[in-house]
Formats: sequence, C-alpha cells, structure tokens
Amino acid sequence: MFKKWLVIFAIVLAAAPAFAAKDKNSIQIKGSDTMVNLAQSWAEKYMEKNPGDFIAVTGGGSGTGLSSLISGTCDIAMSSRNIKEKEIALAKQKGINSNEIKVALDGLAVVVNPSNAVSKLTIDQLAGIFTGRITNWKEVGGKNEKIVLLSREVNSGTHVYFKEHVLRKGDPNGKEEFSSGALMLSSSQAIADEVAGNSSTIGYYGMGYISPKQKALAIAKDEKSEYISPTIENVISGRYPISRPLFMYTNGSPQGLVKKFDDFCLSKDGQDIVIKTDFVPINR
Amino acid sequence: MSLRKAKEFVVEKLILLCGLASIFFVILIFLFLLKEGLAVFQTITPFKFLFGKSWYPISEPAQLGILPLILGSLLVTLGAAIISIPIGVGCAVYIAEIAPVKIKEILKSGIELLAAIPSVVLGFIGMVTLVPLVKNLFHLPTGLTALSGSIMLAFMAMPTIVSIAEDALYSVPKNYKEGALALGATQWQTIWRVMLPAASSGILAAIMLGIGRVIGETMAVMMITGNAAVIPRSILVPVRTLTATIAAEMGEAVVGSEHYFALFAIGIVLFIISFAINVTADLFLHKRQ
Repeated sequence: MFKKWLVIFAIVLAAAPAFAAKDKNSIQIKGSDTMVNLAQSWAEKYMEKNPGDFIAVTGGGSGTGLSSLISGTCDIAMSSRNIKEKEIALAKQKGINSNEIKVALDGLAVVVNPSNAVSKLTIDQLAGIFTGRITNWKEVGGKNEKIVLLSREVNSGTHVYFKEHVLRKGDPNGKEEFSSGALMLSSSQAIADEVAGNSSTIGYYGMGYISPKQKALAIAKDEKSEYISPTIENVISGRYPISRPLFMYTNGSPQGLVKKFDDFCLSKDGQDIVIKTDFVPINR
Repeated sequence: MSLRKAKEFVVEKLILLCGLASIFFVILIFLFLLKEGLAVFQTITPFKFLFGKSWYPISEPAQLGILPLILGSLLVTLGAAIISIPIGVGCAVYIAEIAPVKIKEILKSGIELLAAIPSVVLGFIGMVTLVPLVKNLFHLPTGLTALSGSIMLAFMAMPTIVSIAEDALYSVPKNYKEGALALGATQWQTIWRVMLPAASSGILAAIMLGIGRVIGETMAVMMITGNAAVIPRSILVPVRTLTATIAAEMGEAVVGSEHYFALFAIGIVLFIISFAINVTADLFLHKRQ
C-alpha cells in the first residue's frame, strides 16, 4: 500500500520538470471581453501555423487583464482602454514594465431596439441620456416611453471608454457619471439580448456585436455635423465619432513566443482576421 | 500491539487536525478580510462608507457609499423570504404530517434535486423566462428587478427551509400528536396548535439558514436584478446587491487601490450579516434541545 503511494509520488516528481519545460512554448492572454473573439481567432490561426506552440485566451475585462499582467499571471493583457497611470506605477513596483502595442481599432456602436423610431443622435444627446438628464424617448424624437439604460460593468474597458469619450466628451476633468439607474450587465452579449427583447432600451458595445436584432444609431459630433453610421469604412476614415484603439500590453518589449505572436497579429494575415471578426485593421 | 496503538494514535490526531482545520480556515479568512478591508477606512469614514448614497468606485475621487447595495441585498432577501417561508414551511408540514409514504419519497427527492440546481442555471432560466414575464405583467420598462431576483432566490432558499423544518417536525415527540388526536382535535388543529408550536425553534432555524443562503447568493442575482446601484423605492426596480458588486468588480479593482479595499470591506459587511444570521439560527436550534 505504502509502496504504491511512493511510486505515484516518484512519478509526479519525475513528471514535474516535463510540465515546466512545456510552459516555455505556451503563453497566457487575458483581458478585454471586446477582444476575446479576435484574440481567440488569432490564437487558433497562429497555432495552426505553428504546431507545438500553445496560446490560451481568456476574457474577464480590460482591468482584469491588466491586473493579471501586473501580478504576473498572464503574458499579454488585452485592453480596450489605455493603461492608467496608477496601473503603470503599480506594475513598476512589481518589476513589470508595461509595453503598449496597438493591434486594431473598434467602433463603439450605440444600439436600440429595431422598433424604436429614433435612428440618430448627437454625442450631446447621448451624454444626456446616459447621465440621466434625458429620461424619455420623446425628448429625442421617439415615442412617449421611459428610456432604459444598459451599460457594461465597471471592469469593462468599453464602460470606461464610453464614460470618458461620450459622457465627459474627452474632458479629463469631467465629472459626469453614468446615471445610477443604469442597468449594469456583465457582457456585451447580455446587452445585445436585452436590447433585442425590450423596445425602450439603449445600450452600447463594440461593432462586432451588431446583428439584425438591434439597430445601430448614426452618431454626430454635434448638431451641425453629419450623422455617421458605425461601419468599418467610417471607422477607418475617422468619420465615425466614437471609435477607439485596441491594445495588447506586454512586460517589456516582447520576446520569444510573445513577440512571434504579436508580429503575427500585426501581419497581413493577422489583420485579415481583424476584418473577419468585425473589427477595423490598423496596418493599412 | 504497539503498532496498533500507534496507528490508533496517528488516526486520532489526524482526525483532530481535520476538526480544527475548518475553524482555522474560518479564522484565517476573517483575518484576511479584516486586514484588506479595514484599509479602506484610512480614506473614508465608516459612517460615510455604510451610509453613503452613491457607488462610483472608479471615478476620481471614488465615491464609495454602499447604502444602495445594502438596501438592495436586504430588499431582495426580504422578498425571497416572503415568498419562500410560507411555501417552504407548508411543504415541510405536508411532507412530515400529511403526505402518504410514496408521495413523501417523490417530494423529498424532488426537493433534493431543486437544491442541486446550480445557481447560474437558475439565473439563466430566470433571465429568459421570468424577466420578460415580470416586465409584461407589471408593465415595467425592464424586467430586471428586485422582484425577479426574489422569486428566483426563493427557489434556492426553499430546499434548505423544507428539509430542516421537516426534520424539526419529525423530532417532535410522537405522544404530543397522539395526545392531541386522542383529545378529539382534528388533524389541522393538531398541526397548527400542537406540532408547529412544538417545532417552532427548529422551523425558525430553518428559515434563518434559508435566508442565510439567499443573502450570500451571487450568480443568479447578478444575472437578473439589473445591478443598478440606486436606493430602491419599490420591489419593481433594478437593484445591485453586495455580493454581485464584489463578483462584478473584483476583476477590475487594481490590487492595493481604494476600490480593492472597499470590496473587501463589503466582504466584511457580508460576513457579519451571515454570521449574525447563523448565530441566530444556532440559538434557535439549541433552544430546541
């Protein structure tokens, strides 16, 4: 009996170095839910081309990814927002130098139920709606119905980006906040589903999630500007007002497998995948 | 012989260790919670933390008032209690006193099955069935409300309430019931006037433990209560609970930031609430003995 355990123990000991060695050709990618599908497609294609290398992709939100990078539990953090000063400082404390790589662009679509009469809004109106100043659809040209706000949770880069660039219109000293009555949903898909099923809702997420069950609004910078729809062409040309860069953060300049993977993402093949997953390529 | 004794000794000590382990872990967890959570009070007073009305944890400066979250948790729990207590106790009475053996067995395994459904599955079912129903029934702008959460959580509390309350009813001495029936009381009179009062402390303990389960539940409420951090004025509005806040935001919180400490402080508040509930339940259980 005892001998049997000893044998098992010995096997485990012998196997441990084998597992450790394996780690060298595998990397962990973690972060933005917006980017999960994109990174997953990259990883699949990359592993197809480089059998033997292993790339694991998990979501959780941009903040989750960056804090994993800081605590050393992932090799690449995906983020749909810039890293914060605080996070850079914290990373330095732990001996990690965050290195930013822009890998794609994303248009942020504002969506309503297809039965909603409203099909275009200005940034000002959007800010009014999401801060709770405008509460009824009739104030922006719809029917007399209370507006139900849908937002992502605070761990979402999309949430932060929307607050900084729509609610606060890019003003770093802005004080505007999401209305406290806004429903906080845990994923973009949950927002898509709720918008599809409820005629009084308004939500926002990356363009990749747009489907015929939602109506994406045309957005204008101000009343005098043209209303622009969130399409790939409009994001590339910079005419669509709410678009943002998507990043990968690494520790120091990338090396080894991390570098190989990054190079792949920025290559033509990689950027073709960007288009396929409904994002906007960066290397044009 | 001495080998046998040695074996006995080792096994005894091992079991002692196992016994102490659980207490040891509870203490460790509590100390860790205190260490991480109390740090938030360097930047905010306990009064402002507990009674502050806005929760904007990632703004500069962060607003860390958890009153809406506490009220959200309490409202959902209260709603779940109102729904689950009458049904749960009624079910226990039926199983213990009235049901024929065959039905009793079916009901008991059914309730065990209900307890075995993972909360995320209940949450998902609630999201697709209950939420639209609540929205249409009450003509609300959204069905993601405290009421939806309460109904779903009532399902989770019921197995606990039924099985412990049923145990309590069983342990009432048989001669109480026989005496009541012999004196000419009807079955209902016996249950209402004799059995329920005799088992009352056990039933109260069952209710408390059921409530304890509800207030700590996270996944289902996060999926169906809408998570808006406003002070609820009715049960038909979205709420954000303490548990959902921790679960949703822990991933984002920068380790060592005010927000991170605040989430641990919420953990302390939750710990204290469930500790109080468990102690109350324990008091009732001991009173029975």
